[in-house]
Amino acid sequence: MAETQNPAFAAIEADINDNDVVLFMKGTKSMPQCGFSSRVAGVLNYMGVEFKDVNVLADEDLRQGVKDFSDWPTIPQLYVKGEFVGGCDIITEMTLSGELDKLLETNGVSFSKEAAEKIREHNG
Amino acid sequence: MPMESTEIERLIKEAFPSATVEIQDLAGDGDHYAATVVADEFRGMNRVQQQRAVYKALEGRMGGELHALALTTRAPD
Repeated sequence: MAETQNPAFAAIEADINDNDVVLFMKGTKSMPQCGFSSRVAGVLNYMGVEFKDVNVLADEDLRQGVKDFSDWPTIPQLYVKGEFVGGCDIITEMTLSGELDKLLETNGVSFSKEAAEKIREHNG
Repeated sequence: MPMESTEIERLIKEAFPSATVEIQDLAGDGDHYAATVVADEFRGMNRVQQQRAVYKALEGRMGGELHALALTTRAPD
């Protein structure tokens, strides 16, 4: 984690501490504004994962702040139980390999296994 | 602003001399790439650490002049 003086860091920390699953994204889960954000939000929605969506486009400090906070240059960014999981490529890979299922199970986050299998069936 | 795939490859190889780098220009516009990087240097790193290291090698271009680079990273089998 980079320097702590960024004003957005406190809000980011609060979000990832108060919510089991947080997706920092462009737009919202019901109205994503970027294809990569849309893909990850779509997977989580489809799998029935309850998550907090944080729209980084709403705040320029946050948009840059979350990149510095995670030491990750792109959006979206997924956090589970306060831990950075990855961006769009990693989440896609983990969804298809079943690693995302395991991660959610390990962290006690409920989701539809059936929906996850369906994604794999259609993208295998 | 587009970026040449040869430049992406050069920067990655500079940081990871053992790397095998495959780059696809997805849209043919010099702006949307997919790269697979297989490097010995990735051993012992998880995927987040591997991809952070690749982004570092690109020296801040990712998310800036390089809009989209889909990354797949792993250590050799």
